[in-house]
Amino acid sequence: MSPSVAELLLRRLEREPEAGPGGGLCSLEAAAALGLEHQALVGAVKSLQALGEVIEAEPRVATRWQLSAEGEEAARAGSPEVRLFRALPPDGMPQAQLMELPGARVGFSRAMANKWLRLDKEAPGGPRVFPAVPAVQDAVQDSLRRVQQGDAAGLPERDRTELKRRKLLLEVTLKSYWLRKGSAFSTAVTRQDTELTPDMIATGSWRQRPFKPYNFAAQGLPPECGHLHPLLKVRTQLRQIFLEMGFSEMPTHSFVESAFWNFDALFQPQQHPARDQHDTFFLQDPAEALELPPGYMGRVKKVHSQGGYGSQGYRSEWRVADARRTLLRTHTTACSARLLQRLAQQASFTPGRWFSIERVFRNEAVDATHLAEFHQVEGVVAERGLALGHLLGVLREFFSKMGITQLRFKPAYNPYTEPSMEVFSYHPGLKRWVEVGNSGVFRPELLLPMGLPEDVSVIAWGLSLERPTMIKYGIKNIRELVGHRVNLQMVYESPLCRLNT
Amino acid sequence: MPTVSVKRDALFEALGRTYTDEEFDELCFEFGLELDEITSEKTIIRKERGDGKAEGASDTVLYKIDVPANRYDLLCLEGLVRGLQVFKERINIPRYRKIMPPKGEGQRLIITEEAAKIRPHAVAAVLRNITFTKERYESFIDLQEKLHQNICRKRALVAIGTHDLDTITGPFTYTAKAPSEIKFKPLNQSQEYTASQLMDLYRTDSHLRHYLHLIENKPLYPIIYDSNGVVLSMPPIINGDHTKIGLNTRNVFIECTGTDITKAKIVLDILVTMFSGYCEKPYSVEAAEVTNSNGKTHIYPELAYRKEKVKPEYINKKIGISETPSNLAKLLTRMCLKSHVTGNGNHIEVEVPPTRPDIIHACDIMEDAAIAYGYNNIQMTIPKMYTIANQLPLNKLTELLRTDLAAAGFTEVLTFALCSQEDIADKLGTDISATKAVKIANPKTAEFQVARTSLLPGLLKTIAANRKMPLPLKLFEISDIVLKDDSTDVGARNYRHLCALYYNKNPGFEIIHGLLDRVMQLLDVRNEENGYVIKAGEGSAFFPGRCAEVIAKGQSIGKFGVLHPDVITKFELTMPCSALEITIEPFV
Repeated sequence: MSPSVAELLLRRLEREPEAGPGGGLCSLEAAAALGLEHQALVGAVKSLQALGEVIEAEPRVATRWQLSAEGEEAARAGSPEVRLFRALPPDGMPQAQLMELPGARVGFSRAMANKWLRLDKEAPGGPRVFPAVPAVQDAVQDSLRRVQQGDAAGLPERDRTELKRRKLLLEVTLKSYWLRKGSAFSTAVTRQDTELTPDMIATGSWRQRPFKPYNFAAQGLPPECGHLHPLLKVRTQLRQIFLEMGFSEMPTHSFVESAFWNFDALFQPQQHPARDQHDTFFLQDPAEALELPPGYMGRVKKVHSQGGYGSQGYRSEWRVADARRTLLRTHTTACSARLLQRLAQQASFTPGRWFSIERVFRNEAVDATHLAEFHQVEGVVAERGLALGHLLGVLREFFSKMGITQLRFKPAYNPYTEPSMEVFSYHPGLKRWVEVGNSGVFRPELLLPMGLPEDVSVIAWGLSLERPTMIKYGIKNIRELVGHRVNLQMVYESPLCRLNT
Repeated sequence: MPTVSVKRDALFEALGRTYTDEEFDELCFEFGLELDEITSEKTIIRKERGDGKAEGASDTVLYKIDVPANRYDLLCLEGLVRGLQVFKERINIPRYRKIMPPKGEGQRLIITEEAAKIRPHAVAAVLRNITFTKERYESFIDLQEKLHQNICRKRALVAIGTHDLDTITGPFTYTAKAPSEIKFKPLNQSQEYTASQLMDLYRTDSHLRHYLHLIENKPLYPIIYDSNGVVLSMPPIINGDHTKIGLNTRNVFIECTGTDITKAKIVLDILVTMFSGYCEKPYSVEAAEVTNSNGKTHIYPELAYRKEKVKPEYINKKIGISETPSNLAKLLTRMCLKSHVTGNGNHIEVEVPPTRPDIIHACDIMEDAAIAYGYNNIQMTIPKMYTIANQLPLNKLTELLRTDLAAAGFTEVLTFALCSQEDIADKLGTDISATKAVKIANPKTAEFQVARTSLLPGLLKTIAANRKMPLPLKLFEISDIVLKDDSTDVGARNYRHLCALYYNKNPGFEIIHGLLDRVMQLLDVRNEENGYVIKAGEGSAFFPGRCAEVIAKGQSIGKFGVLHPDVITKFELTMPCSALEITIEPFV
């Protein structure tokens, strides 16, 4: 087996005196002496360096002047301008013909600049070129030949720059090493292992072997894995919060709802703007609910049109046809209404807490912060004797579990709650209070027709799932979060959802 | 929520003091308003129409204030100032009075049978000896517009007409006529038009065209004349030019026509209470008599004061505070609900003024006490009840499955429940009539035509939007689809589906098959006779011979296989793809 480049280098280095100011050799010279490509020698230097202190290699940078291919040609046969001048007969030549000569384009402009030529534009048969001087010296060729002979340093700086500009001369940077023996110099090289193998473990050979150091700055290999969607990660955490607070999940298993449950049962007047075509998706098929609860519907109609239960009502016509219309639920409060009405059917009232996180639909224009469908988070508590202060207390607990501690409450209007409150939290980034949810105490006109006892209060609040998620994951455009235009890279990279850390 | 825009300096002048923006914002917040934006006419024009157009526009600072949708009494500067001044106890609540003119001198409006068939109700009143200034006049016009847009439901329920009483002579007749028989010079026009011509004229009017549909298809159009045949208005579209009010108008005749008498009365009450402050006898309104088509007469405005008795403990208990009855009465008075303690302190008597039609129940009174007390001053408490929480079994299963599908190397997506008809039919190689899709009546775009009947189109669209991502793409979604169903009260129901998709240079049938096996393993369903069985199937979305049907628990739960090249192409994809879609409801 022929010796490796590293071995050749080490043997060559062995002949050098001990490390010292005078000792050592240049990698370029060593490569030339050993008859190797410099690059191969550099490879050997790097592998020897990896072994530790076997050799010392000090990087050096040298610049060298070298002729380009064009420069070589000019050194051999003369510069383009001189070649052109010499090709020109004393009685001149038509310019068109002259320009056909090899290298004429560069040569002509140079020779013109040197005032070696005269151009007669008026000559019969088209512009004609005449020599303007009897003879010329090829200074360019002389300079290039001096560089070839290794005397680049002897050329004036100005000439070198000019020749470099003409791309006849190149300035090349040479990287080399100054090599010396290292503190652990030896000509016997042991190969380093990269990885531990089963064989090494079995034989115990790992004990004797040196191992190649790892590059800890390198990137790891990403694991092949699936990912959960960030919005649904937040949903999981919010479900968890509700469950921790003793809230049961309410049934929400129908996107299709009747206007009755979505609006009328909630004491939302039939002329309310939310019931406009612009805000709600009404259905063409099925166009009408097949069944509305008979006795209860009568009580709802009465409380709207005539009042009752201590209320003046809206004193406006109430049409069953409007209540029968089907739509895509605009809020999960429709589900709360169904739940409360079922609760009222129990022989004796039992208090409860419920939540839902579900899809709702609004016939709105879609933009960076609005979609036609989003997830509503809703919490409901029904109990005898609940006060507004209880709602405040529950909201404080809920939002603090979400990591939102600075809260304040603004009076608001909502057709189905009274009192109604908007929940604001201080956003340290935006330096202002932002709305984070809506809440209230359900109106008696909603609860009493259902048959709930008079002393039962129901407090409720809602927020969207998308907004806290966008804030949590720093997403500016909702369309990159929800729907098919999602950015899958964002899904791949989204961190865990930890809300109150 | 309506937004009222008021000039800041005029507002502060009326409030008798100035505020910093922050202080005013704070006051609004406390009172249940929201200082939405601080701007100027110039900024608004610049934003809407560009820099060049804003030159010369006013720099006066405007406050845009969001007002709760049921507080019609706060829709103008006059009302806002009155509400805030009473709230801050700087003025007393004004008492609005109805003045009956001497017999035979009052204004009368007669509703004919023809009008009753089209737009049956009308109410009227007179503001006598009013003094307008430019600001007051603009506010008067603005308030009418705000009322039209909100409680009047874009004039469908009520339309307001205000007229210079000195240009006309009563009694007035509210009738209805064929459009060709109506001819008058409408507001701000220089010539007369017939009603039919007016419809054409206003078809391109950016403002009025929105109201034409309210009467357009009726045989007769509503119209109000004075005793000399002068047209006051053609409700709900336009007033006549003849009766136009201006800065010098002294006596204003107000008529409100509509389809909802309760709201017409409210609108009239609001308009006269807000502006009677500028009358010679402040807060006094001259009554008018309206004769219905059945001959019955009514006096308007109603300006009714209603007395409500509320127990102090009701208010305290519902809010969670313990204030004395007299304190509660004070709190309510600050909300324009003049209150005092009666009996032995057992009751608070509350007077609900005509400006507060939003007070329809004791709970509305309780809320006002809470606002005056300050929501942020109420002690927070936690309900003492004990509850045991339960998850919905279907959602619990969904949560468990999603985690394990991600663990199986698939990435979760979340697609829209609404899509185009094409997505669930043509693109999947089937006809819409073959689906039991729920159809939307009023979609704004094709993207919202139907509720999805399958999760597959959403997943395919997700891949189409993420073509730059490295392959393979392995996606899943567990969510609801919707089908029509006559056995439910609403005629439709949701089904929870699991859909997964593998997209790569090779179809990867075995990968999707492996995923199904894994799902069944997770659900503890064995691949045997009573567990789940896979047999050759067919489906329009699948490549023939590459579709399998999954039978589990004795029923078909869905299909999987290699998608049909036509489906792949129609979803703008280029690679082979295999997919699985099953319902998970039998496993709950």
